[in-house]
Amino acid sequence: MTVTIWVPGMLRTETEGAAHVTVAAEGGTLGAVLDELADRWPRLERRIRDERGELRRYVNVYIDGDDCRSLAGQDSPVPAGAEIQVVPSVAGG
Amino acid sequence: MTVLLSIGTGKGLFLATSSDDRKFWEVSGPHFPMTGVYAVAIDKRRGSPRLLAGITSSHFGPSVATSDDLGGSWDEPDHAPVAFPERTGTALERVWQIAPGPADQPERVYAGTQPSALFVSDDGGRTYDFVDGLWDHPHRPNWGAGFGGQAVHTVLPDPRDPAAVLVAMSTGGVYRTADAGANWSASNTGIKAYFLPDPFPEYGQCVHKVARDAANPDRLYIQNHHGVYRSDDAGATWQSIADGLPTDFGFAMVAHPHRADVIYNFPIKADGRRFPPDERCRVYRSSDGGTSWEALSDGLPEEPFYPTVLRDAMCVDDVDPAGVYFGTRSGEVYASRDEGDSWSQVAAHLPDILCVRAATV
Repeated sequence: MTVTIWVPGMLRTETEGAAHVTVAAEGGTLGAVLDELADRWPRLERRIRDERGELRRYVNVYIDGDDCRSLAGQDSPVPAGAEIQVVPSVAGG
Repeated sequence: MTVLLSIGTGKGLFLATSSDDRKFWEVSGPHFPMTGVYAVAIDKRRGSPRLLAGITSSHFGPSVATSDDLGGSWDEPDHAPVAFPERTGTALERVWQIAPGPADQPERVYAGTQPSALFVSDDGGRTYDFVDGLWDHPHRPNWGAGFGGQAVHTVLPDPRDPAAVLVAMSTGGVYRTADAGANWSASNTGIKAYFLPDPFPEYGQCVHKVARDAANPDRLYIQNHHGVYRSDDAGATWQSIADGLPTDFGFAMVAHPHRADVIYNFPIKADGRRFPPDERCRVYRSSDGGTSWEALSDGLPEEPFYPTVLRDAMCVDDVDPAGVYFGTRSGEVYASRDEGDSWSQVAAHLPDILCVRAATV
């Protein structure tokens, strides 16, 4: 099964300009999806998670419209065909 | 001759070039817009100079990028070039310093980071390995964080000995290794930490910047969090050289590129009054290792001046006569093409300036 990850404009330099990428979601969780992303698009993944594998503080990830932090974080289930949005949060000045 | 002035700001990297002996400057940028560029380096130890930039996005984290075409294009490895090993349970927050190694180690580059750690590269600064010895130092749990965070902000390789490196951190102070990073010793004898119960502790000082003398590698200069010092024994002991300055607070300390005993400083009133003394924009220069100082202001703003100059926001180039440069938190950059005797403005209205480095390219 696959899921679609929507990439914010600021990170499309890491996807050769693509607004979204498709990755396998065999593990069934957001963490597993991001692991798959790290294999195919490592520079994109490391903008989203730090070297401990934790989501960066000012990056929000939505699974079919729900903020993963309001679910189970990277343990959140990701159903087949899900749409995942990566959105920079409101930060900075 | 083209001189490149690399200007790291709170919102990206700007590059200024001059082809007329540093009279007119053309400024381009920002590269890496909306990232804090706390560290830049111009590494001339290879055929074509390599630019290195430590960049931090508040959203997407830190990284190090390199350019082998003077900023025309930038490259980053797929995997994080500077990353803490899993055993530390820590993530990189920021690269504060990128320091090319000695001339006879052309691929060696050091990175000082927040949290306080040292990384070393042997591929010209593209990827870095963690230096376990500093992280495992028994003092580390007691190193503190200043307002800017806890960071190794200064790395000074010894030009004579590839195994000898000095680092400085805020807070923690100066540490030295003589065995390529395996073991480190605190090296703060004589440096005051007025904010601690014991004002002369073994470590814990808030050293702001260290510079190495151009001609005598055992001679070092420190701008401390109150206190300006010199060492004549490679950092083993330190003596005050603040008497000739209007104040002993500040962040920057820069050594002349080839003249012995010549150093530059931008004093700030005090920890609690972070404005230039008398609200005047003045660089101070010593030509005798800090025994006496002279104020330099020809060409600098004459009206009341409130911005400060951060620890890496002053530098020299490698020209003779030397160029001296500084950038302010208000986004102005000034240059001197005559060793500080006179100054002109390179740029204004940039974001806050975090670091500058200059060299012929």
